[in-house]
Amino acid sequence: MKRLLIANRGEIACRIAASARRHAIDSVAVYSEADANSLHVEVADSAVAIGPAPARESYLVIDKLLDAARSAGADAVHPGYGFLSENAQFARAVEAAGLIWVGPTPESIETMGDKDRARELAQAAGVPIAGGSRAISAESMDELTATAEQVGFPLLVKAAAGGGGIGMRRVDDPSKLADVVEATRSMAGKAFGNDSVFLERFIANARHIEVQVFGDGQGHAIHLGERDCSVQRRYQKVIEESPAPGLPAHVRERMCDAAVALTKAQRYRGAGTIEFIVDAESFEFFFLEMNTRIQVEHPVTELVTGTDLVGMQLTLARGDELPLEPVVFTGHAIECRLYAENPKKHFFPSPGPLTMLQFPTGLPGIRIDTGFRQGDEVSMHYDPMIAKLIAHGTDRPQALERMAHLLKNIELRGIATNLEFLHATLEHDAFKQGGVSTAFIDTYGKAIVKAL
Amino acid sequence: MAIVDVKTEITGNVWKIVSKPGDEIPEDEPLMILESMKMEIPVGAPEDGVVTEILVNEGDTVTEGTVVARIEAS
Repeated sequence: MKRLLIANRGEIACRIAASARRHAIDSVAVYSEADANSLHVEVADSAVAIGPAPARESYLVIDKLLDAARSAGADAVHPGYGFLSENAQFARAVEAAGLIWVGPTPESIETMGDKDRARELAQAAGVPIAGGSRAISAESMDELTATAEQVGFPLLVKAAAGGGGIGMRRVDDPSKLADVVEATRSMAGKAFGNDSVFLERFIANARHIEVQVFGDGQGHAIHLGERDCSVQRRYQKVIEESPAPGLPAHVRERMCDAAVALTKAQRYRGAGTIEFIVDAESFEFFFLEMNTRIQVEHPVTELVTGTDLVGMQLTLARGDELPLEPVVFTGHAIECRLYAENPKKHFFPSPGPLTMLQFPTGLPGIRIDTGFRQGDEVSMHYDPMIAKLIAHGTDRPQALERMAHLLKNIELRGIATNLEFLHATLEHDAFKQGGVSTAFIDTYGKAIVKAL
Repeated sequence: MAIVDVKTEITGNVWKIVSKPGDEIPEDEPLMILESMKMEIPVGAPEDGVVTEILVNEGDTVTEGTVVARIEAS
C-alpha cells in the first residue's frame, strides 16, 4: 500500500491522512465543489474533485470515487464513517478494481447491515438479544398482535428503512398498536419507498454501551474495552466516555467476551463496534447492532488504550503481521461532539460561517479532531459536527475537569452551536454522578437549555 | 376558517413532500421532510387543518422562515 484514497471529508479524512503519514503512505483526498478549500484537502498529499456539493452527486457516487482513485494512482481506499463506509457494493467495486479495501469483507458489511441476519448471528454466537420481530410486511399484518405479545410492551415500531429517529414510535398500550403500525407504514412508504416495519422491545431506563473490537480476518479477535454513548439526542450521540461509569466489572467482562465471540464467529476483519442496550438498573444487556467501520467516537478508546485504530486498520489491510494482544487500559477518556445546532431551537441544524474558531493549545490530556478552521463555512450539505473534543485523565473527575476547562476556553462565533450546552451538561449533577440513561437529554435538556 | 402559513425553522433542502392539497392533517403531523446537515427534519402542521397549498418542490432549498405550505385550520 503506497497511496490511499480517502473516500470521505471533514475531520475523519484529516484523521485518516495523519495515520497514513505515520505509516509512510501517501494520502489522496476527494472533494465536492463545496469543499474545494476544506482542511481535509489541504492536509492530504493530493486531491481530486468529484462533483457538486450534494453528497449524492459526489461523496456517494461509487464511479466517481473509483475514477478518482485511478487518476490519482491510489492502490487502496479508506471509507471513513458515514457515506459509503457500510456499503457492500462499494467495498466490492473497490476490490473488483484491484484496490485494497480498508475495511471488513463485503459479506460482513452485508450480514451486519441486515437486522434480521445480524440478530441471528449474534444469537448463534451466544450474545443476548432483546425481544424483537422480523420485518413485518403487508402480508404478515394478521400476525401483528401475536408478534407484539411475543416482543412485549412497551415496544418500538420502527421503519425498516428509517434511521436517526425518523419513522420510529413507541407504543405502551396494545390497543394503540394497529394504528401506530399503520401510520408508520404509511409514512415510511412515502418517505423511504419501503413500508416494512419491525417491532422492538423498548427498555425504559436504558444505557447505550458499545464494545470496540478488532479482528484479523483469520478468526482471531480482541476487544479494546467499552464506550458509554448514552448522552444522545434524536438518536445522535453527543458525549461518549470510556470506561462506562459504574458498570460492574463482571458485566463489562461478559459484554466484552460476547463482543469478541461475535467477532470471531464471522472471522471479522479490521475495526468494528458492537452496540448494546444495557438496562441501567439490572445491567442486563442486549445486542443492538454491529457497525462495520471505524466509529466517530474511536478516539475515546485510543486515549485509554494508547492505540491508533486507524493505523491498525492500515497495517492489517496492507498485509503486515498484526499480532492481536490484549490491551492495557489507562485512566478515563471523554469526548464531546461540538455541533452546529441550536439548543434553543430544538437543536435544529445551524449551518453558516465560523467567523471565529480558536481552540486553546497545549492543555494536558486534550485532543481535538476537527475538519474546520476559522473562516470556514459549515455547509448544510453535510453533517453538523464541527469538532470532536476529547479529554483524558487518570480518573473520571480529572477527565471531566480537563474537558470543562477546554470548553471554557474555546472561542467560537458566527453560528449557533451546542458549546455552552455541553459545558452545562458536564456540570449537571446527574451527569457528574455518572451512568445516565439515553433519556438524559429528554429529561434534563430543557432545564439545561433554559439556564444557558 | 383561518388560513395558516406553515414556515420552516431551518435552512435546508426539501427532501420529501408527504402531503398534498386536500389532505386532512392533525397538528404536528409532517407535511414534508427537510434535509439539512444529514438530518431529516419534519415540517409539521402548526394546528389541525386541511392542506390548501404546497409552495415548494422536492429538491428546493429553503431558508429559515420560508412559507412552504398553507393549511386551513379546522
